[in-house]
Order: sequence, then structure tokens, then C-alpha cells
Amino acid sequence: MKPAISFPRMCLSGLGLAAALLPLFASATEAVIPAPRARELVHMVRQDCGSCHGLTLKGGLGPALTAETFRQRPAESMVATILHGRPGTPMPPFKGIINEAEAQWIVQQLQAGFPNE
Amino acid sequence: MTPATPVVSRRFLLPVLLLSLLAGCASAPAPRGTGDLGVVIERSIGQVQVVNTTSKKALAKVPGLGDLSHASVVFSRDQRYAYVFGRDGGLTKVDILTASIAKRIVQAGNAIGGAISQDGKLVVAQNYEPGGIKAFDAETLELVADIPSVDMNGVRSKVVGLADLSGNRFAFSLFEAGEIWVADLSNPKAPKVQKYSAGKQPYDALVTPDGRYYIAGLFGEDGLAMLDTWQPEQGVQKILAGYGKGEQPLPVYKMPHLRGWSVAGGKAYLPAIGRHEVLVVDTKTWKETARIPVKSQPVFVMARPDGREIWVNFAFPDNGWVQVIDTLEGKVTHTLQPGKAILHMEFAPRGEAVWLSARDDNKVTVFDTRTKAPVAELKAESPSGIFFTSRAARTGF
Ligand code: HEC
Repeated sequence: MKPAISFPRMCLSGLGLAAALLPLFASATEAVIPAPRARELVHMVRQDCGSCHGLTLKGGLGPALTAETFRQRPAESMVATILHGRPGTPMPPFKGIINEAEAQWIVQQLQAGFPNE
Repeated sequence: MTPATPVVSRRFLLPVLLLSLLAGCASAPAPRGTGDLGVVIERSIGQVQVVNTTSKKALAKVPGLGDLSHASVVFSRDQRYAYVFGRDGGLTKVDILTASIAKRIVQAGNAIGGAISQDGKLVVAQNYEPGGIKAFDAETLELVADIPSVDMNGVRSKVVGLADLSGNRFAFSLFEAGEIWVADLSNPKAPKVQKYSAGKQPYDALVTPDGRYYIAGLFGEDGLAMLDTWQPEQGVQKILAGYGKGEQPLPVYKMPHLRGWSVAGGKAYLPAIGRHEVLVVDTKTWKETARIPVKSQPVFVMARPDGREIWVNFAFPDNGWVQVIDTLEGKVTHTLQPGKAILHMEFAPRGEAVWLSARDDNKVTVFDTRTKAPVAELKAESPSGIFFTSRAARTGF
């Protein structure tokens, strides 16, 4: 499935959804990511985070990152986990590959239910 | 949607048959062998393509296999059936001659691969959730044994590194518990399990091509755990201990995969973890003889069937690169960029060609191993694993 055409729409609705949910997360700062980069991030999370967390994000070597399990997690510490990894576990640090705003955006998307590619 | 190369459905059957007759391929009614066939996983759409390594073409597609995000395949010993293990616990027996599903079950919530017994009668799945292995009758896919990976403390581990051994035994590792278990399924109704302490966080394993040594890579330690399955009473021995020299490991964006293909010419070529190196070990003494610097974190380190070359691919974000090591020179001789996100490589049975899946280019590229040049390309939707039927005759595959 590669709905290249409908993608920007999906992305925007994802962003919209995240924005709508923002007030629910006191610690979340608004992260605005340009659509082409958002597209890359969605691809990266699905495919390359997916190699440990599953393409569907239902878990693998790493735990499930689906909205049901993820909504309860404190956004701040999830952002820190993504940027700095969890030493002693296979969760690697992604700083250098993504910046803080992008990590925040990913966490918001995960809490809202991660968009498909 | 990619334009369909011959899809086998009723609507298309006639043209496909005609095409097949012309191309001399799998779905033709005339008898044919399967020794030059294989399957390519199209991971994002839960489908496999049946491919021909002689014509370097796709023959048919078999959809409906569920979540194939970490799929692996073993073959029946007659090389007619591909057992496809999906991430979602699906186990599908695909008839590659008719390009159809012969049987399908969902056997777990989250699975990671499987193996087939020496006599070909048992197919065994390794599972993350619920952790353990399950053995099925290869014919019917009926459950015949269930071994939960619950350790002494009652903790259930994810199972990794399942490999078949002689005598219908299977070795596997427990990620959380840090143990290697050997299950004797010669009488599947009454499995016998031996347990060995292995080390911190085994993440995958291999068995040497003779079936003797089972080696688990450890994520949480500098070193690998080795069990001599001919003399298991001697317990697990650490090899390459301290290969990281106490240095801070580099981030690992994808776990390396270990398989018996990395053993060639009396040496094993193993991916270091957290270091951009391939470690070379003498398989008589199990001592390090060299380490070869490579581009990034190696994922697959695969010997060409003749052992002359080792092909290496890499973890994200360097997964567009492939390097070739010449085993005589002991160093990298070629650095290639075959496509975007090279997830897997598979050699033709005798190694004149290697097939590489380029996930983000939606293609499989075939390279001539002598010239290191591409010779064919096949369209595939987000391709990952490539598996040829020649695996059927090999231990540890
Ligand atoms: C090499 C494997 C691997 C990769 C790649 C990986 N993770 Fe992880 N991740 C893990 C593991 C293992 C854990 C569990 C760590 C622990 O035991 O605390 C984890 C934990 C997490 C957590 C914390 C979950 C929780 O509930 O506490 C988040 C968030 C996370 N990962 C996000 C990501 C994102 C986003 C990516 C991609 C940018 C990613 N991971 C890539 C292996 C990985």
C-alpha cells in the first residue's frame, strides 16, 4: 500500500488530531513539522522503529507503541527515551537522526494513534 | 499499488497458464521441479511472490498472509512448500507450485520466526508473545508440542535464535532470562528440555552448518555464548569475550541477524554489536583471528556458498550500502549501493548471483557476484526477506 497522493491529507489530519489533543497533555509543546519531513518521519517510525516495535507498532523486541498503551505514558519521558535511548536495553538514542521537536511530534502522533504511510 | 506481475486468481488463470507455459514456470500443469524457486516477502501487504532464480522473474503472488513485518520462511524437504512465519503469529503453508495457501493458522500473538526438524516432519515456531516455542505437524499444522519459555523465577521470556539440530532437537535462546534451551522433540508428545545459562540478552543465534555448535549473540555483553551440542554437558562457553574492549558501544538501530551462512573456510564471520566491525573467528579454536572494519552496524553477514566472499548489509540509517569482503584478502573489496533500505540478501543456490531486497525502492535487485553489477530487477512491494528452496537441505535454515 503506497497511497502517495492521499498522504499529505493524512499527515495534515494527523497533525490536526495531535493539535486537538494537545490540551490533554500538559507537558506537550506544540511541534509543527513540515509535511515532507512528517512523511519521512512516519516512514521511519513505521519501518525502522518498526524493526523492533513491529510495523503495526504492536510490539516486537521493544514494547507496543499503540495509542492504547501509549496514551498513559508521560510525553516528556517518552521524548527523552527516543532521543537518548535506554542504556542497558536495545532502545537506541535517535538524537542526531531526529531533533527534539521531531521526537515530540512522534510522541504526539503515537499518543493519538500513529498515521499509516 | 504496483502493477501486477502475473497474479494467480481464477480470473487470470488462463493467461497465466499460457504465460507460464511460454516461460516454463511454476503454475504450468506440466511437471516441474522447485529447486530454482523461492519466495520474496512483500512485508507491507502481507504477500509473498514466488520467484525463479534461473529466469530471474516473479512467477506469481500469494496474498493473505497477515502481518509480515518480521517474516521468515523454512521449506519442506521436498521443496514444494514454504512455511511462512508472520509477526502476528500467523503460520502459513504456501504451495509454491500452485501459488496457493495449503494451510494457515494463527499460533501466537507475536512471533519471530521458525525452523523445521531434521526429518522434515515438525515445523516449530518461536514466539515473543506468549513467549515459547510451538511444534506443529508439518503436514497438517496441528499443534504437537508447546514449550513456554518460563524460567526458574516464573518469568516468561521472548524466544530468539531458534535453530534445528540433529535428532529432531531444537536450540533456542531466552532474551530476558539469558538462557539457551535445547528441546528434544524426537518424541513430540514428551519433549525433553535442557537449560543452560548463556549470558545477558541473547538477541539471535546460529548453528554451524554441521549442526554442532550453537552460538548466541549477546546484546548485553561483549561476547557470544557457544554450546557444543555434541557435548552439551560441557555447558556454555563464552567466545570473543571482551571484543568491545570496554569501549562505549555505538547505537544499534537494528539488531544483527545470525545464521549458519556466516561460516566459511574454517572461519566464522560474525557481526559485532555496537561496533562497525565483522569479527573473524577460527572455528577450530574459537579464537578471534581478525576483525574487519566495515561501513556501519552490520545486520546480515553472509558467505557466498563457495565461501570466497562475505556480503554485509547495514542497519538504519546506513541501510543503502552493501560491502563485500574477500576472504582471501581479509578485507572489504567492494562497496555497493544497490538501492534504498537493503533489508536482506539471498544467494542463488551456487552463488553466481545474489538477490537484494531494496525496501524503499520497492524492488529486488539481482547482482552478478563475479562482476558486482546488477543483472535483473523485480518489482516488489516493500520487499524484505528473500528465501530460496535450496535452504531446505541445510541445517539451521
Ligand atoms: C533496536 C531496537 C529498537 C529500535 C530500532 C527502536 N526501539 Fe524503541 N525500544 C526498544 C526496546 C527494547 C525498548 C524497551 C526498553 C526497556 O526495556 O525499557 C524500547 C522502548 C521504547 C519506548 C518506551 C516505551 C515505554 O512504554 O516505556 C519508546 C517511546 C520507544 N521505544 C520509541 C521508539 C521509536 C520512536 C523508535 C524509532 C525512532 C524506536 N523506539 C526504535 C527497542 C528499539
